[in-house]
Amino acid sequence: MITNSFASVPVKEETRKKYCRFRKNGIRYIDYKDPDFLLKLVNEQGKLLPRRLTGTSLKYQRKVAQAVKRARHLALMPYVADGLR
Amino acid sequence: MNQYETVLILTPVLTEEMVREAVLKFEKVLKENGAELVHQAHWGLRKLAYPIRKKATGFYHLYEFKATGPAVDKLELELRRDERILRFLTVSLDKYAVAYNESRRRPKTAKEEVNP
Repeated sequence: MITNSFASVPVKEETRKKYCRFRKNGIRYIDYKDPDFLLKLVNEQGKLLPRRLTGTSLKYQRKVAQAVKRARHLALMPYVADGLR
Repeated sequence: MNQYETVLILTPVLTEEMVREAVLKFEKVLKENGAELVHQAHWGLRKLAYPIRKKATGFYHLYEFKATGPAVDKLELELRRDERILRFLTVSLDKYAVAYNESRRRPKTAKEEVNP
């Protein structure tokens, strides 16, 4: 009886439980005036990170979106950037 | 009387004195319309993330005040009229925003400030 102990076990990429960082840390207000905090929520091109990646709750994702758009309006953050990190 | 916050960008070609004069001018406009200035902050010359009207830098200034609706309209009318202003943004503050700004101004209290 051939045992196929060599069959590679499908390695499931270990997905850690995503959580809403705003609810967890008890942040109630996202300030549009400090860009370095907002840069964590934006990818390299300066686009907003989707909720499925950040795990943010809908309520706070809307606040993040509004804050980022305000920061962009005030030229604290670029609309389009390459290599923002 | 709601609490508002206005951030404005002045064109960088101004001298230091003209910047102060512009800042005082809008402060006066606010006072005339019965607004109560809670806080003011001058961020000075900062690089803009993208050029506005062919300018790469600008003087940022922040007003935080309590005012009625019409007072804000008058302020914004003045801001639009003044050609030294590149851009401005007036935002009404809810209670969390007011608490946040308050906590930013107070020195770090013993309780570790949760809000980054």
